[in-house]
Amino acid sequence: MNLPVRHAAKPQIEACPQETGALLPVALTAHLRRLESEAIGIIRDCFAAFRRPVLLYSIGKDSSVLLHLARKACAPARLPMPLLHVDTGWKFREMIAFRDRTAREHGLDLIVHTNPEGLRRGIDPIASGSALHTRVMKTEALRQALDAHGFDAALGGARRDEERSRAKERIFSHRGPGHAWDPRDQRPELWSLFNTRLAEGESMRVFPLSNWTELDVWDYIEAERIPVVPLYFAALRPVVRRAGTWIMVDDARLPLAPDEQLEQRMVRFRTLGCYPLSGAVESAAATLPAIIAEMRAASTSERQGRLIDGDEDASMERKKREGYF
Amino acid sequence: MAFDAATPNARETLRFLACGSVDDGKSSLIGRLLWETGQVMDDTRAALARDSRRFGTTGEAPDLALLVDGLEAERAQGITIDVAYRSFATARRSFLVADTPGHEQYTRNMATGASGCDAAVLLVDARKGLLVQTRRHATICALLGIRDLVLAVNKMDLVDFDEATFHRIAAEFAALATSLGFRSATSVPISARDGDNVTTASAAMPWHDGPPLLTLLENLPLQRPELAAPPRLPVQWINRASPDFRGLCGTVAAGTWRRGDAITIATTGATSRIARILSPDGEREQAEAGEAVTLILAEEIDAARGDLLAPPDQRPAVATQFAADLVWFDAEPLFPGREYLLRAGTAWTPCTVTRIRHRLDIATGATEPADSAAMNEAVLANLSTLQPLAFDPYAECRPTGGLILVDRATNRTVGAGMIRHVLRRAANIHRQAGLVTPTARAALLGQSPRVVWFTGLSGSGKSTIARLVEQRLHAAGRATMLLDGDNLRHGLNRDLGFTEADRVENIRRAGEAAKLLAEAGLIAICAFISPFRTDRRMVREMLPPGGFLEIFVDAPLADCIQRDPKGLYAKALAGEIPNFTGIGSPYEPPEAPDLILRSTPGTTPEMLAEAVLARLAAP
Ligand SMILES: Nc1nc2c(ncn2[C@@H]2O[C@H](COP(=O)(O)OP(=O)(O)OP(=O)(O)O)[C@@H](O)[C@H]2O)c(=O)[nH]1
Ligand SMILES: [Mg+2]
Repeated sequence: MNLPVRHAAKPQIEACPQETGALLPVALTAHLRRLESEAIGIIRDCFAAFRRPVLLYSIGKDSSVLLHLARKACAPARLPMPLLHVDTGWKFREMIAFRDRTAREHGLDLIVHTNPEGLRRGIDPIASGSALHTRVMKTEALRQALDAHGFDAALGGARRDEERSRAKERIFSHRGPGHAWDPRDQRPELWSLFNTRLAEGESMRVFPLSNWTELDVWDYIEAERIPVVPLYFAALRPVVRRAGTWIMVDDARLPLAPDEQLEQRMVRFRTLGCYPLSGAVESAAATLPAIIAEMRAASTSERQGRLIDGDEDASMERKKREGYF
Repeated sequence: MAFDAATPNARETLRFLACGSVDDGKSSLIGRLLWETGQVMDDTRAALARDSRRFGTTGEAPDLALLVDGLEAERAQGITIDVAYRSFATARRSFLVADTPGHEQYTRNMATGASGCDAAVLLVDARKGLLVQTRRHATICALLGIRDLVLAVNKMDLVDFDEATFHRIAAEFAALATSLGFRSATSVPISARDGDNVTTASAAMPWHDGPPLLTLLENLPLQRPELAAPPRLPVQWINRASPDFRGLCGTVAAGTWRRGDAITIATTGATSRIARILSPDGEREQAEAGEAVTLILAEEIDAARGDLLAPPDQRPAVATQFAADLVWFDAEPLFPGREYLLRAGTAWTPCTVTRIRHRLDIATGATEPADSAAMNEAVLANLSTLQPLAFDPYAECRPTGGLILVDRATNRTVGAGMIRHVLRRAANIHRQAGLVTPTARAALLGQSPRVVWFTGLSGSGKSTIARLVEQRLHAAGRATMLLDGDNLRHGLNRDLGFTEADRVENIRRAGEAAKLLAEAGLIAICAFISPFRTDRRMVREMLPPGGFLEIFVDAPLADCIQRDPKGLYAKALAGEIPNFTGIGSPYEPPEAPDLILRSTPGTTPEMLAEAVLARLAAP
């Protein structure tokens, strides 16, 4: 189930990708320019320091921003690392379509990996529960793919404002054998003098967007006109009410309880994952300015709609210690 | 609420840290700032209420420290272990704050949080006043170049908001701040738990006429001194997009580069001009400190990752010998002579500390002599790098004056440094190339010079085999010299004992002596216990590739104890010799020796010596 999908390279990527965009770019604020340069600096250190880096591409807004920055970091050259998508088999159909279109349009090297063992065991987010599903189809699958390809550094779009254990993590986060994170013994990280050295069997997770906030990400998407999956924008979608949130019925695999009713509602998503585990919010925000305005007024955090974080206390930290992203 | 909860992105950002001794209320204060600036969402509030009931230290009220103490171990123990980075904003400014741990054990994490900050908020507990740990954090802030400090005298509620207590602590702090040379140092009495003087003036302390903490933070000067420094750019990555595109990528470390500017590679002196500047938003006329750019040069010159670009008439220092303030992070102490890897800018090079000039006594600010640096200590040291390093004094330009040290065996980041200046000694001493080269000397003797290095436990048979090897080589007409650990300790190394620092120096001198012998064309046969891998690697790297042959005499400890030819194990086991290898001090076997010698019943030292000769004869 290891499908390297390779697309022919586009003839030549232009030096400054957005210059050729049909729309004029909005000038970035000093704040965003500083974050952008910081992220590009981090990404270039990865190009130079690691034998085989990979960009973990989860198709969400943060991945879109990360990919955009990685392409800027190497422009006009072709991205010198592949994209890895760990596919649980339960992503929204619109996400998969967006992923394949993005890879095709930019001539990217996309690797899609699904845990064959999990498929064989029939692990799914509904019957197996989100904890087991996450462990097998995300954590284990990621470890499999990283080991199989010998990636020594994996770049991801995680931000420190997402969750309080992420707020504790280094930008260059060292992982011991088995990809385990040891939060009690992180390497000191001073200035931007990153320690990129690894012993055999060790690897690095790198988070160029560490210091960005959710709002920074949206402001940047707007200013740079970065395409994102349409699910972020409000539209009429088939949903059911479940666990205090709206779950979209993306295909026929979602069993409905007798008291659950399929409804059409104007909803959108703040984060994207496996569709049975991603809650939507009711919203009329169908444009970027509307989304940003809605977010400024929001009284809940973006992770609120995710059904997986509430599984157990400190679940994110535990997953990371087991080698989760 | 007076604050705009979301972060309009147009404002500038102040990066600051909260520091100070254990339990003085740093996390509670950051939690309070996040809470009052509207960063805490409904779902997080609900989770906080749950956590507070379970782990909290504040009775019925939410324990705001739990908003930032995000690790399980931190919540369970009620302490901070590692830095948390959080952002918040007011109508005037955006902030990125690092909440750092107060425990001495985690000082390295405090230093991590402090690096790159514009300002610091130092907390003290009003009941306790300035502690040694408070002074340590203030000292580290000063060493790292933070110029603006705010003292928050916390837990005023526990001293009945007493004015005299605050003024006493503020006066003591003013003296400390002056001695450490801060530009600004302001004190404010607060209660992080109840929110007094945090974002709004406290009704309980009408006697205080200054603004609350947040207002102070909004008004601290935001300066980026590197903008005014001479232009610098460490080359990070070479972009070869196509055969006719070659770009030098990097983040401008200081100053402003303009199209057409002349540039020099500091270490090689190669010079060219900037033909184009590509920035993330297109082609530019100029780029300033902090911007990630790609430079295209008018004339191609040899440039690689690690090079530092500078204007030809404003060059940085280039040296292999310089002095730096070091803060040590690792449980394994710093020893002069031991080799580390150094990163400065984008350059990596092997490096040793040649001398520790003094240690800083954190409690008194006095300096004292020292020959090693333990975890959390700060020293001024002389460093020596293998490759010439280009740098500026840290005080003049932070981005090109900082360095980290990495342990070669474990890859841990063991220390950080702030460079002060080139060593005069180095500036005036240049290598003198002789008229007769080592190759010519060896040719006259008709042999390939080598360093044959025997390592192993005391009593493993190193010296016996080494002597036999020399005898055979000599008989075969080879020019040799034997260096034995015990013999050297009677002469060249007479002043050294057996502490870890002295052992490192012992091997360094032996290595330098062996290198001279090899340069004279001789085959140097060396027998040294040399228990540490890093030290043996240090000698290997002194010599040209292939010039060092590591021979591991692998005898089990039990056998050596039984043989005990010099009666040393008996004494060591009786506790009379501390640090004896194998007993009180470890032996690290080589990971990839050139030859392993093992005695099995029936093997004689002569047979082992033959094996060495065979290895020497091999190409
Ligand atoms: N009465 C009172 N208690 C406070 C105040 N500020 C903090 N505390 C309490 O002091 C204890 C330690 O607070 P923390 O915020 O965890 O201290 P810290 O400085 O972050 O500690 P470390 O990070 O472990 O060094 C907690 O029980 C707090 O509730 C205050 O203003 N008044
Ligand atoms: Mg704390």
